[in-house]
Amino acid sequence: MPLTPAVTDLQQLKTHPAIAKLLAWNSAAVEGAKFDRDETTIYIERSWLREACVLLRDDPGCPFNFLSDVTCVDWFPSEPRFEVVYQLLSIPKKERVRLKVRLEGTAPAIDTVTSVWPAANYFEREVFDLFGIRFTGHPYLRRLLMPEDWEGYPLRKDYPVEGYR
Amino acid sequence: MILNMGPQHPSTHGVLRVILEIDGENVVRIMPDIGYLHTGIEKTCEAKFYQQVVPLTDRIDYLCPLTNNLCYVLAVEKLLGLEIPPKAQWMRVLLNELTRINSHLVWLGTHAMDIGALTVFLYCFREREDILRLFEAVSGQRMMTSYFRIGGLALEPPLDFFEQTRKFADRFPPKVDEYENLLTGNPIWMMRTKGVAKLAPEDAIALGASGPTLRGSGVDFDLRRDIPYSGYENFKFKVPVSQEGDVFARYMCRVQELHESTAIVQQALDGMPEGPIKADAPKVVLPDREKMKTQMEALIYHFKIITEGFAVPEGEVYQAVESPRGEMGYYVVSDGTAKPYRAHMRAACLANMQTLPKMCEGRLLADVIAAIGSIDIVLGEIDR
Repeated sequence: MPLTPAVTDLQQLKTHPAIAKLLAWNSAAVEGAKFDRDETTIYIERSWLREACVLLRDDPGCPFNFLSDVTCVDWFPSEPRFEVVYQLLSIPKKERVRLKVRLEGTAPAIDTVTSVWPAANYFEREVFDLFGIRFTGHPYLRRLLMPEDWEGYPLRKDYPVEGYR
Repeated sequence: MILNMGPQHPSTHGVLRVILEIDGENVVRIMPDIGYLHTGIEKTCEAKFYQQVVPLTDRIDYLCPLTNNLCYVLAVEKLLGLEIPPKAQWMRVLLNELTRINSHLVWLGTHAMDIGALTVFLYCFREREDILRLFEAVSGQRMMTSYFRIGGLALEPPLDFFEQTRKFADRFPPKVDEYENLLTGNPIWMMRTKGVAKLAPEDAIALGASGPTLRGSGVDFDLRRDIPYSGYENFKFKVPVSQEGDVFARYMCRVQELHESTAIVQQALDGMPEGPIKADAPKVVLPDREKMKTQMEALIYHFKIITEGFAVPEGEVYQAVESPRGEMGYYVVSDGTAKPYRAHMRAACLANMQTLPKMCEGRLLADVIAAIGSIDIVLGEIDR
C-alpha cells in the first residue's frame, strides 16, 4: 500500500460522520481535521473538549463508547507545545477516531474526561506524571509511575534521557 | 483498618502494591499503587533508531513478547507504507497464537496456584516448555524473542519447525482437557470463582477493560476478528464470550481461547504460503548475509541501515492488536527522521486494573487475590 498524502482540509473531510456531527453541533469546537494512513484525527478547541467527548460517546449512529488511550506529544520548542491525544473506539461500529487538543507550554491545563469515560483516570494520571499537564476536575491527580517526590516531567523533550544527575 | 498488600506479595505477579481499607474481612476501598517496575521505555525509544526499538518491546510484556513485537512493527510498517509478503504475515499469526497459548498457560498455572490448586501449575509449565523450545528454535531465544523485524521476519524458520509445531498442536488439545478436569468441575474451584469479583458489561466498557476481562462480562469484541490486522481475516475462529462477568467466566474465556488458538495454529500450518519472508524494501530491510558479502550494493544498504537507520515519513499511527490480556496499542509519531519522535504503548493491563475497585469493594479480602489473578496482570506492561 503506497502512501497517499494526508488530507488536512476540513472542507473535504466534513462528510466523515464524527466530524459532521461535531460541526453540526458547534463549528467553533472543531479546529481542524486530518485523514492520514486510514486514520482520522480531529483537532478540538480545548474549552469544548468535554462536551465534544460526551457528544461522540452518546452519538446513536456510532457511539464511541470505549476510550482506548490518552497520551501526549511534546513539540518543544514550538508553540503550542503540547498535543493531548485521545484514541476513541466504537465497539458496536468497530470504528476509531483520534481527538487532539493543543496546549501552550506554560502551565498546560485541560478539562478531565473522567466523567465521560472513567477509563481516563489512570491514563490522565500517567500524562500528568510524565508531561506535567494538569487535568482540572480529575478526582485523584497524583503521580502514577514516578515516585511522589520526583522532580520534573521525564517525557518532556527538554528532560535529558539520562535524567538530571 | 488500612492493610498494605505487596509490593512483594506472591499473588501480585510482580511488584504490585495494593492498599486496602478493610472492615473486618470486608474490603471497603482498594487502591492499587503501581510504578515499581517503571523503566522509562517510552523515553528510551526516542533515543533509538526504529529498528533498535524492537528488542525494547519484548521487555514490556515479557509473557507475550511476540505480540508486542508485532504491534510495534505493524505500526512502523503502516507509517512507512510497506507491503509484507504473505508468508511473513502467516508466520506472525502462527507465532502470535503460540504466544497467546504460552501466556494463558502461565496465567492459568499461577492463577490456580493463588487460589490453592497447586497441581495445575506443573501441568501448565510442562506444555509451556514445549512452546518455549519452539521459540528458541525459531529465534534463538526462549523469552525475549525479537523475531519480527520491520518489513518481515528476522530469519527463515528452521527446517523442522513446522513439523515440531504440528506435533505440538496435535498433542495440546487433550492437555487442555486435563487442566479442565482438575479445575472446571472442581467444587472448591467453583466456590472460589463463581459469583466472585463480578463486573457488569457497562462498567467493563466504561473502565476501558479489554480482552478476556471484557469478554468475560459478555461483550463480544475481539480485535483479531473485528478490526483484523496481519492477515487475521483469513482465519476462521470463534471468540469465546461468557455472560456472568465473574472470575469463573474469565477463566472459561481463556481456557476456550486455548482451543481456538490451537485451531488457528493448525490453519496457519495447513495454509502456510511459500515465498519471501521479508518485504522488498532494500532501504528498510537488512539484506541477506550472503548478498551482503557478495554484492557491493547490498553491503552499502547494510552499512547505511546499521549506522544511520532509515527515515520514516512524517505522520502518526495508532496500531492496536489483541494481546492475551486485551488491546495492546502502539502510538508512534514520526517527524521524518530515523528515530521515533514519540512512541507510546497502550497497556491492556493498566486499563484492566482500573476495574479492580469495581470487582472487589464490598467483598471479602480473600476474593481480592482471585480478582487480581483473573485480570491477568503483568507488571512489566503496566509500568513500562
